[in-house]
Amino acid sequence: MNELLPQLIQQLFNGLSLGAIYALIAIGYTMVYGIIGMINFAHGEIYMIGAYVGLVTLAAIGTQTGLPVAAVMGLMLLSAVLVTAVYGYVVEQVAYKPVRQSPRLVALISAIGMSIFLQNWVALGQGARDMAVPSLLPGALRFGEEGAFEIFVPYTRLLIIVVTVVLMVALTLYIRHSRMGRAQRACAQDMHMASLLGIDTNRVISFTFILGAVLAAVGGVLIALTVGKLNPYIGFLAGIKAFTAAVLGGIGSIPGAMLGGVLLGVVETFAAAYISSEYKDIVAFGLLVLILLVRPTGLLGKPEVEKV
Amino acid sequence: MRDTLRNAMLAAVMTAVVVTPIFGLRLERAGIETVLEPHWSRVLWACALVFAVQLLRPWIARLFGRSGGSARERQASGWRLLELSPVQRQGLIVLLIALAMVWPFMAGRNAVDIATLAAIYIMLGLGLNIVVGFAGLLDLGFVGFYAVGAYTYAMLFHWAGWGFWQALPVAGAAAALFGFVLGFPVLRLRGDYLAIVTLGFGEIIRLLLINLTDWTGGPDGISSIPKPTVFGLEMARDASVEGATTFHQWLGLEFETVHMVIFLYLMALSLALITLWISNRLIRMPIGRAWEALREDEIACRSLGLNPMRIKLSAFTLGAMFAGFGGAFFAARQGIVSPESFTFIESALILAIVVLGGMGSQLGVIIAAVLITVLPELAREFAEYRMLMFGLVMILMMVWRPQGLLPMKRHHVEVPA
Repeated sequence: MNELLPQLIQQLFNGLSLGAIYALIAIGYTMVYGIIGMINFAHGEIYMIGAYVGLVTLAAIGTQTGLPVAAVMGLMLLSAVLVTAVYGYVVEQVAYKPVRQSPRLVALISAIGMSIFLQNWVALGQGARDMAVPSLLPGALRFGEEGAFEIFVPYTRLLIIVVTVVLMVALTLYIRHSRMGRAQRACAQDMHMASLLGIDTNRVISFTFILGAVLAAVGGVLIALTVGKLNPYIGFLAGIKAFTAAVLGGIGSIPGAMLGGVLLGVVETFAAAYISSEYKDIVAFGLLVLILLVRPTGLLGKPEVEKV
Repeated sequence: MRDTLRNAMLAAVMTAVVVTPIFGLRLERAGIETVLEPHWSRVLWACALVFAVQLLRPWIARLFGRSGGSARERQASGWRLLELSPVQRQGLIVLLIALAMVWPFMAGRNAVDIATLAAIYIMLGLGLNIVVGFAGLLDLGFVGFYAVGAYTYAMLFHWAGWGFWQALPVAGAAAALFGFVLGFPVLRLRGDYLAIVTLGFGEIIRLLLINLTDWTGGPDGISSIPKPTVFGLEMARDASVEGATTFHQWLGLEFETVHMVIFLYLMALSLALITLWISNRLIRMPIGRAWEALREDEIACRSLGLNPMRIKLSAFTLGAMFAGFGGAFFAARQGIVSPESFTFIESALILAIVVLGGMGSQLGVIIAAVLITVLPELAREFAEYRMLMFGLVMILMMVWRPQGLLPMKRHHVEVPA
């Protein structure tokens, strides 16, 4: 009789797990923007590369070794994190560091070039077709009585939420209490002043890119396991949506990125469920446009005053 | 020396990490299992290359550092050679245009086809140049207006049976209207925010084209769009309407498909030339000056009593209009439009033309458009590396020569020291 509530909870859960992924990627955008004021257009590609590295690791281990699933996943995440950390560092050194002093447009175009390069880099190396990812964690929790609408909670999606929450808490603590976190906040406030006070700003910037890349890679591995397939072009759309999430929350603000990611995921899932799945991307892009028009500083962002 | 060695080692190790999971271990399907096929030689080559380059870097830097000054001087003298008197310059332009109009009659069909494509990109590049180069507004959704133009003609033909020449002004007007309506709210945003919003609009337009299946034909698009007529004469073997004369009958020629190719080329060329002429005039008009002033300093502009909104909007609308004309021509040339032709990568390609040519420099845009369409055709065996190279060139240009191939030159007088 009453199917509305369980359905709502189901959609909310789906939205949360999708939003968690967006949040993981969005943090990379927001941290980089907070520190050097540029949009790291290639960030979505790092997420995609993370997913590929996870799959390569899985193929290297093989599915029949008898290792516990947790160990296999741990290895996948570890290798994805290590490789994308290097990617994050190299991308920054090659494409962004030389143009840091140039006008914003120059940096943005360089970033777009990097995004195109990485997409085709993977398409050349691993092929442009869809790759199947074997499911490591089949099965799901089910709630609800017999015959009625059952709430379906796949383990992988549960894992996404758990891992994301753990990472968010860890990141918040790290930014708040560690030496590097303090340096990052100092750089975000005033790069020049921070450098005068003896902070190695180059190192902080590199570290920010690495941190963002690592979080995106975790998101990539988790989503690959959930969706079960990947191709070199998944990064573009995910990247734009995560950017939307970052803007929604207020770009430059880490809690904002988390909030924005979750909100966007939920809104998109509801749009897909209650309007039409074909229009979910339009809803996401429409939201992006709307927020930038109505409240460019986002939900938790600080207004920026333009100075002469 | 020791530092260099250490850096080179480090770079080589990083190369190994970066290359191995993508090129070193290739994912292959074996039945239901996914297995890895190692290609260690690729990784080794990449590492060796990076190691060598990093090791020689200080040396290379010194080499370039010494010749850098002289290269600039050489370039400066090269520019002086190109400086012509106004009469000579006009003569050269007329000669070049005449050459561009005559050569297709002697060249092969493929070459003319590629040249047509190049002319379309010149037109699009010049249109975007108004927005990005002159007014300094980064528009990542330019392809959306191109799509509006193409679909306007396609839909007018499909639903109302309009011909190309009737639809062409409507296509331009529709795209301009879109530019105006979309530009109105977004143009108060700053640089990179504007870029992202325009990207969003471009994607929304494409997604709508896919999803409004009843009007646009969905992912399949609209096909069998007729080619333009020559002053009402159809260019086909047989007239589609009983009793009408076709182009070859009227001229008393044998029917050849090459005629169509050449005609399309000439049309694209004239569209590109008109765009060039108009944008060349515009930049010398007060509105063009205002665009440039706005690009250089918005706050100063405002304090001088210029209305930034109106100035930006005019650039945005005009740029969109040229994209609309280009789109209508594209639809006529292809004979089919589908949302696939209007992806973000197309926007990036047009942007790359403007950036590579040198933002604001019309000659630069033309050269870049020709290079970007012709080079991939010449290097067909490297076709799969095309986009990879394209991304790389975008980065390298921004790092080494952000002002583009032929930076915009301002007329100025130097006071002799």
